[in-house]
This record gives sequence, structure tokens and C-alpha cells, in this order.
Amino acid sequence: MSGSEVVIVGGGVTGLSAGWWLARSGVKVTVLDKFIVGWEASGRNGGGASHYSSPLFDEEQRLWPQMDDLLGYPTEHQKERILIAMTERQWEQYRFVAERHRRLDHPVEVLDVKQVQDAVPLAGDNCFGGVHYKFGGHANPQRSVQAYAWALQDLGGTIIQHNPVTGFETAGGKVTAVKTASATYGCDAVVVAAGPQIPHLMAQLGVTIPLASARAEMIVTEPAPMMPLGGVDGHKLYGRQTLRGNLAYGGGPHEWIDVDETGPAARPSTPLARNLARRLAELLPKAAHLNVIRSWAGVIENSPDGRPIIDRLTSPDNVVVASMSGVGFGLSPASGHAIRDLVIDEACSFADISILGLSRFAGLEADWREQRGWMPIA
Amino acid sequence: MELNFTGTDLCAVGGTRSAAEANYDVVVVGAGPSGIAAALEAKQAGASVLLVDENPVSGALMGNDVPLYFGGRMTAATQHSERMLEAVFMSMPALEEAMEAGVELLLGTCAWGVYRNGPGVQSLPERVVGLADAERSWLVGFGRIVLATGARDLALAFPGWNQPGVMGAGALQMLLTRYDAFAGRRILILGSHDLALETALIAVEHGLEVAGLVEVRAAPQGSADLVARLGAAGIAIHCSAVIVSAKGGIDGVEAATLTTGEIIACDTICVAVGLVPSIELVDAMHGPRELDGKRGGYVPRGEEYVSAVGDCAGLADSGFDHVEYRMDWVRALASVCAPDTIICQCEDVTRADLIGVQPPNYLTRPPAMCARSLETLLEDGPANPDQIKRLTRAGMGVCQGRRCRDQVAMLLAIEAGQPFGTIPLASHRAPVRPLPMKILADWNEPAEMEAAWDVWFGIPTQWVPVQDIGTPYEDEHRGMLYTGMYE
Ligand SMILES: Cc1cc2nc3c(=O)[nH]c(=O)nc-3n(C[C@H](O)[C@H](O)[C@H](O)COP(=O)(O)OP(=O)(O)OC[C@H]3O[C@@H](n4cnc5c(N)ncnc54)[C@H](O)[C@@H]3O)c2cc1C
Repeated sequence: MSGSEVVIVGGGVTGLSAGWWLARSGVKVTVLDKFIVGWEASGRNGGGASHYSSPLFDEEQRLWPQMDDLLGYPTEHQKERILIAMTERQWEQYRFVAERHRRLDHPVEVLDVKQVQDAVPLAGDNCFGGVHYKFGGHANPQRSVQAYAWALQDLGGTIIQHNPVTGFETAGGKVTAVKTASATYGCDAVVVAAGPQIPHLMAQLGVTIPLASARAEMIVTEPAPMMPLGGVDGHKLYGRQTLRGNLAYGGGPHEWIDVDETGPAARPSTPLARNLARRLAELLPKAAHLNVIRSWAGVIENSPDGRPIIDRLTSPDNVVVASMSGVGFGLSPASGHAIRDLVIDEACSFADISILGLSRFAGLEADWREQRGWMPIA
Repeated sequence: MELNFTGTDLCAVGGTRSAAEANYDVVVVGAGPSGIAAALEAKQAGASVLLVDENPVSGALMGNDVPLYFGGRMTAATQHSERMLEAVFMSMPALEEAMEAGVELLLGTCAWGVYRNGPGVQSLPERVVGLADAERSWLVGFGRIVLATGARDLALAFPGWNQPGVMGAGALQMLLTRYDAFAGRRILILGSHDLALETALIAVEHGLEVAGLVEVRAAPQGSADLVARLGAAGIAIHCSAVIVSAKGGIDGVEAATLTTGEIIACDTICVAVGLVPSIELVDAMHGPRELDGKRGGYVPRGEEYVSAVGDCAGLADSGFDHVEYRMDWVRALASVCAPDTIICQCEDVTRADLIGVQPPNYLTRPPAMCARSLETLLEDGPANPDQIKRLTRAGMGVCQGRRCRDQVAMLLAIEAGQPFGTIPLASHRAPVRPLPMKILADWNEPAEMEAAWDVWFGIPTQWVPVQDIGTPYEDEHRGMLYTGMYE
């Protein structure tokens, strides 16, 4: 398929990683984004990269430590993670997960309070203990997005921003071109990685993709003294200490929203910042005096089972769709690889990703959102 | 695994939020003359009114140049909160009047966020403003909110500006007239429009020496009457000049060198090139605003339930284009700035790194990275300060971009060869004041919040390891980790 043209709809981490992988295989790629690369979830997330529940996990773990070198730009990837339990119930839950990891041969260590304090200088003696994942890690989402984008350009790929895709041209059971308000881009294959806008775009091709969107929030503090390991969370928070020292954390209730074909209308944060601040002050009491300096929100699309959708359509048969269900940042090195494989070889070369296929929704009830209560507040 | 959905997602936000602690028909943010007037007017019309003002702000915040550009030239007096509080009352007799009229007044209380339902959020039970004092934060419901937050200092970078003694005119005036807490003696003032001229006269009135004014344009810019008064006081205005560098010692600024070659001894360099309407709250709530150079920059357009008054709504329009004037300054200073001149003080971002779109020093810069620059980024689309902030960290620091936000937008406009208004400003976000975690924290949150709290969405199938699907571990996993929307 070398020499052919692939148009990618969506310049988030998924579309950019896919584009980079395709460009590495000598494919001519054009990424179209409605605004600036990474402006949606890909530039607003926690940066976590420890997705042990995914068939892409091994590839995620294999690739992240190499990404700076492979891309040629810094991603701020850091290895490992410590979860701290702040309640008896959390302690029970985290140890359960640790046990599960052991059985799956993922290296973990259970830490007592003293060990937590040694490993995490900002922690207090108010915790029950912790679990040290000697795998997984985190990276800087914004830097990683741009790293993919630049690496893709370095390989001859094109990124066109401020150019929303409005529709497709089809012929002979294939998409032959992707349309925007200002231009039409002929193509041999298409990757649709447009986040919450995927259902609208795919509906134009007569394909139903069950997704519901929600808004989630994070806060960040001024820099704290550097901890030996930045991937510290727990207390039902996710987050990280950045290499600059800032503590960036999220978690807690999400809000289901409707997203129309133009994408999220706004990404407002709410007073949930206070509930986040409280939990972070409890998790890292020695940082409780530090200033919170920003909060933000991002919009995530979820499939009915919360797992990504990565599949190649049967008709039109040159379209790959990729929706990451809230776990897409960490998985991006691997999701891009899988998408590349589906585009070029029609099958993923490194993992069985059938669980991410569309066929699993064949019997899905029409009211699946209502059943789950995944409805916007009226 | 058989899932029985209940039709309710317990991990979603509906009904879990903290309620407002109090409600007022009208909340006025900012107790300057226009805020007090708005509060009195609302009170007289029969409304319940809360008037808040962040002043006196803590010494720690002043040290971070929040909300004004204090440049480390405060005396120890600013550490005495009671004395400061008294000073606020003394300087604003109308506060008494407002209180007597029944306006509730909270000083030392900042408004750090305004929230209402709209695009992207429908879960707020009511319109609220987030408030915080030195002890705690809380929410107050309002029928209408009036933003009377005034204007803040525009800071400008030049070699040596990142040391104590370089400060803004708003901060200097406040330290002199309100707190009697200014730690300098001899001031060089940048600018010659009314703000600069008035600042010079106030300084003289307070017994300070004014070492001169520096004006980038060929002639003084302010009203003839003020220029004449300055002349009478024997204060020189150095026209067609800018500052090349500030030299200093352990206590900060000691002298300034001008493009004319003159070296002027001074312990303070007051940037009096302009004030910018304080629209942080409007920006953080994504409220509508527009650029109006004659009114000092971006001004709120207002919306239902939200209005702006006083300088926050825009400086008095005298026909003078403040934005063009600033751009002249930034252009001239940009030509004297060395590549290693710091632009973002909090994050140590130099001009070269800003324009080079380079990452901070703690990251390596491989060859591909070094080959990137604003120029290559502009090939992808117009400059966006939020994107550049993500890459360079300029504006990401504890001053929340107050010192560099406007300059970055101006520098990017200049580098991109575009008019100022075509480059958006980097966003402000709540909390619009740095707030210690333990103060922002909601220590009285409703039990429903904790019940709904999941680290992520609470979708039981999401985190089951793929190897476990269809095995007994699957149910065990769900039983241990989820409550959410299933039975
Ligand atoms: C607060 C928060 C925290 C998170 N934490 C984590 C975490 O710790 N770890 C993790 O792995 N994941 C996390 N996520 C999820 C992760 O961010 C997403 O799964 C991931 O970024 C999805 O990337 P994407 O490229 O698939 O989609 P998006 O980032 O949504 O990108 C889609 C892109 O498509 C573009 N687009 C859409 N429609 C069109 C169109 N019609 N034409 C042109 N362009 C279009 C959009 O502009 C956008 O840039 C978090 C998300 C949020 C919001």
C-alpha cells in the first residue's frame, strides 16, 4: 500500500499516532483537524499510561519508554506508578488489584505506611498503605500530541488544521474522498479518529457507532518539590507530578453531555475543583499549602462497555474507525500501530483486538444510553 | 458477565454538588468606586447585596505579583493584615456608607470563579460565585453578578526586568495612596500617557524622587496639562527612547540604561505603559468579550445576569489607542531584548525559547526539536498563545500569566506580522487567583459526592483485564471495584 494516500479525520493522539505509524510505512498521510492538534481530550487528560485491561497493554508498555527516541521530540514519559489508599475500602480495593497484577505477572509491590512515606515525600501518615506498580507510567499529553504531529511531518505527512471534515465521497463501496468546507481530499483509505464527533461522521457512511460523551475535570497546582516518582495517585484520583513539579490531578463525577456534529460547544470546568483539591490535599498532605492555579475540563466519548473501538468497516471497506473511550492517551503508541495494521494489512499484527471490534454491539438495545443513565441533564 | 442496568449512573454528577452557603440578589466583585456605587444602587432598589473585595491581599500573593505587579517593592507593613484592612477602610470612606445602607461587605475575600449552566454544563443547581478568604473557600448563589474588578498592570519585559524593583503603576499607586507601604525612593517611569504622568505626580506628592519618564514615541502622550505640571516639577521626559537594561544588586534595581545611552540611577522602574481591564473571571467563564484598544484591551460584553462596571468594563475612552501604544513599546523593547531575556518569570522562559517554541530546560532538545520554531509552527496555522504555552510553558506559572500573558500575545503578533487582535489571548482559568489546595478544598462536601466519586467513569467492564473476561475473575473484579450503574 506504499505510495497510497490515507486521510485521517482528527488530530488527537489517536489520529496523529496512526498517521505517524502510516508515514513510517511510507504511506502518504494527511491529517485534518477542525482546530489545532490536541485541542480536545488529547491535550486535556491525565497522561496516564498503564492500561492493563486492554489487549493493547503489552504494546503500550513496550513502546512508551522508546517514544522520545522514536519521535525525536520529548514526551516527558516517566515510568511506574504508586497508588496510595486513604480509606480502608481503598486499601482493600488496591490490594485486590495488586493481587490481580501478580497473577498476570505484572510486577507490583505492596507498601506499608512507612514505605509509602519513603517513596512519596509529599504523603503523610494518614494513609493505609500503597501499591507500587513497577510498570505503566505517564507522559505529558500536550507535549506528546505535538511530538506525534511533528514526527509525522518529519516523515513527509501533512497536517491541516482549522479544517473540519464535513463529509465523504464514496464509489464502489469505498470512500474516495474526504470533504471539508474548503476542499476535497482524494484518498485510498480513511481513518476516522474524531473523538466525540465519530458518530456524526460515521452516520454519513450509514454506520452506527454507539458512543456517549461526557465532560471530566482536572486541577493543577504550582510546582511542588520533585518526588522520586511522579506517577503518584490513589484516593480515587488519577494524576501525576509533572517534570516541572506541578501536581495535575483529576477524578470524580463526570457529566454526560450531547455533542453535535461540530464538536464540543465548550469545555467548562465547575466547582468540582474544590472536591478535587480536597482529595489531593488528603492524598499529599505535605503539599496541601500549595496553590491550585488552574482547572480545566475535557470531553470524552465512551462506548457502551467503556472499551475502545478500533475496527475496519466491511462497507465501505477502506475505513478504519478509532474511538478510545477515555483511555486513549496512554494507549496511543499502540492504538496507532493497530490502526496502521488495519489500514495496510487488514489485521492487527501484534495482538488480538477482536474485543475492540464493532461486532460486539450487534445486539445492543437502542436505548443503551438510557439504560445506563448516560443521559445529559435535561 | 450479566449486567442489570438501573437507568441511573451513580458516578455522574447530578445532585452531588455542594449547595451555595448563601444567596444574594446581587453580588458585586470589587469594592472600588464603581463597585461600591453598583452595590449601593442595587441595595437602594431593594435587592440583597454582597460586596466582596480581595484587598487587602496577603503578603504572599503580593510577592507573586497577584493581582497587581508589586515587583517586590512592598514594605514589611504589608505583612500586617489588620493594619492593611484598616488602610482599605481609611482609603474608601464610601465603604462605611455602603455598609450602613445594608450592603454586606467582605474584604480580604477574592472571587475565584463564576459558574452557571450553559454549553457543556447543565449540572449546576444554581448560579454561583466561588469566594475565598485566608481561611477557606465557599460558594455564594446570585441572581445577578456585577464585575467591578478594575484594571491590572501591564508588565513589559526588558533585560533585567526580572528583579525586585520593576513594578507596575497600579501597584505603585496602591502602595502609596492606600497602604503607605512602598519600599523605594527614586523611580524611573516608563510611559508618558496619563497613567504615567499621574503616577509621577502622585510619587512626588508622597515625597519620592522621580528620576524621569521614558517615552517610546517622539513626544509625551498624555494631556498637556499633566505634562506641564511635570515640567514645573522639573521632571524630564526622555522621548524616542526605551529602556535597554536594568542593572541591579542584591536589593534589586539600581540603575537603568536607555537607548539614548543615558544611565539613570533609580531603585524602582515603574512600568506605566498601560492598564488592562481585569477580565479574568469573564475569561474563565468563557464569557463574551471584545477587543477595544481605546478602552485598554479586551472588555467584557456582558451577558444575562453578568455585567461589568468601572475599569473592568473598559478604561475611559479618551480617543487614545492603548493597544497601538503598547504595541509600539513591545516592538521597541523586542528590538533591545537579547535572546536570553526572560519573558515568563515564573517558568524562566526566554524570548529565544518562546519564539523558538522550545521546551523548558529540564527537557532535552534533540536536533528535530531544535529545528522547530514559531516559523515552522505558523506553517500549520495562526499562532495561538495557548498552544505555545503548552509547549514553552510561558504563562503556566504561579502568577497565572498576569506578568506575561499580554506581552506574549503581542510578541506573537509582532513575530507573525499580524495585528494584535488576530492573536487570541491565552486563556484564564478558575481559580483566577492562586488558592492553596487546603483553602480551595470543599471540607463540607455532601455525602452524595463521596458516594458518586469514582476515579474514572465507574464502567465495570472498562478495567477488567482482557485475560479475565469470561472467567470468574471478571465478576470478582466488578464486585470489588464498582458500584455505579449496575446491580
Ligand atoms: C480530563 C481527562 C482525563 C483523561 N485522563 C486520561 C489518562 O490519564 N490516560 C489516558 O489514557 N486517557 C485519558 N483521557 C482520555 C484521553 O484523553 C482520550 O481517550 C484521548 O485523548 C482520545 O484521543 P483521540 O485522538 O481519539 O480523540 P480526541 O482527543 O477527542 O481528538 C479528536 C480530534 O478530532 C478532531 N475532529 C473531530 N471532528 C472532526 C471533524 N469533523 N473534522 C476534523 N477534525 C475533527 C477534533 O478537533 C480532535 O482534535 C482523559 C480525558 C480527559 C478529558
